[in-house]
Amino acid sequence: MDFNRKHLLGLEGFTREEISYILDTSESFKEVLSRQIPKVPTLRGKTIVNLFFEDSTRTRISFELAEKRLSADTVNFSASTSSVKKGETLRDTARNIEAMKIDMVVMRHAAAGAPLYLTQCVDAAIINAGDGQHEHPTQGLLDLMTLRTKFGSLDGVKVAIVGDISHSRVARSNIYGLQALGAEVGLCAPPTFLPYQAEQWNVEIFHNLDEALEWADALNVLRIQLERQEKGLFSTLREYHNLFGVTRERLERTGKDITILHPGPINRGVEIESELADSECSLILDQVTNGVAVRMAVLYLFSGLQKQAELKEKSK
Amino acid sequence: MSTEEKLTELVDAAGLKRTITRLAHEIIERNRGVENLVLLGVRSRGLPLAERINANILKIEGQSLPLGALDVTMYRDDVYQMIKQPQVQTTEIKFNIDGKTVVVVDDVLYTGRTVRAALDEIIDFGRPTAIQLAVLVDRGHRELPIRADYVGKSIPTALVEKVRVRVREVDDIDGVFLIKPGKEN
Repeated sequence: MDFNRKHLLGLEGFTREEISYILDTSESFKEVLSRQIPKVPTLRGKTIVNLFFEDSTRTRISFELAEKRLSADTVNFSASTSSVKKGETLRDTARNIEAMKIDMVVMRHAAAGAPLYLTQCVDAAIINAGDGQHEHPTQGLLDLMTLRTKFGSLDGVKVAIVGDISHSRVARSNIYGLQALGAEVGLCAPPTFLPYQAEQWNVEIFHNLDEALEWADALNVLRIQLERQEKGLFSTLREYHNLFGVTRERLERTGKDITILHPGPINRGVEIESELADSECSLILDQVTNGVAVRMAVLYLFSGLQKQAELKEKSK
Repeated sequence: MSTEEKLTELVDAAGLKRTITRLAHEIIERNRGVENLVLLGVRSRGLPLAERINANILKIEGQSLPLGALDVTMYRDDVYQMIKQPQVQTTEIKFNIDGKTVVVVDDVLYTGRTVRAALDEIIDFGRPTAIQLAVLVDRGHRELPIRADYVGKSIPTALVEKVRVRVREVDDIDGVFLIKPGKEN
């Protein structure tokens, strides 16, 4: 198929064909990771800057590893040690980086829409590595890849997302991606963690975890951010765990095999029981491996379009 | 593809079958048996050809060879010169190639750049004793110092022409075709 997108800002609006194409490509790159020499020369000569305005461990390492596995040259930038501290604007930071001839920018920012804004300032391809409460498309893709491997096809598979939906970019990318691939989506959270008019996403809504477990084939359990407690969105961690914590006992009560995903990092004993996170129904480590493969595929697919657009222009 | 293009059949299904049988015999003869041999088919059409060569080897020698698939897209040198970014498919080599003689199978040998990419990829998997190349068609116009060890048909062509190998597994038909460019509109 023709893959004609220039930037990856979010999964909203992606078709089933586009997502399937990215996932198929990811499977091919996953094979590279299992080789004795897990490196290919595909992006040799391309320069990628990892622009992280917000702290991140696993996403940044995963992107960096993906870039290195593809032989790209990488530059890392983190806001805490940079000119942003001195008051430089996003636009100036970006334009300066572009003046150094960068082909792609992988960007994490606390403000939703920052990657979109960047596409208007620079010519490089922009890959969103998480922007505010908007989207985290590569996390969404790796969740889809993990579920697709487990279920074969996502058509009709029921996936419940449990936790703080309203603040979660992972939830948004999951909802768009899962629905594009034909899965049914459920959201399970206390009302304070659900966005206004969440039902407009065409999802099942649960305020009771046991009902959600009854319904679901797979769970994507979100991390509870401890600072939300101060804002009064839930009372105590213990209460949250008692009401919404996923435990082996609760799963066993349903009598079904339910697959569990978690984007990490895990608060053991809060949103998920520690032992369960390490059990055979948890695909958390598969997610991490698939994350590198998905990011390699994304970097490959979004690397050449600019050049190709130029070529098309020339050939006219 | 323009409808003006002229398609000529160079080899028919029966001819293709005979050529593949001969290639299998040549591979066995050159290597004095099948000891230590492995086959790698280059996707897309080299793979079904490698499978057919392997079926012939089984018939002749009573044993088939380990067979893998190579996708060289990640190793190509022209990815960013193409209008459409090529689709990456999966390489599957589920055996160790250290100390083996690897026979690479592809459909058409042209500039030699696919073979160059395949050689780079194979060497990332290990250190074979030798790498040999079997192609169904050699159409000339090499851009790199590469030659085939086993050639099904040598077909001299003009640069503007295209050679297409068609195999049942991919195209529902067997044969080798020459496409001549149509008249300018």
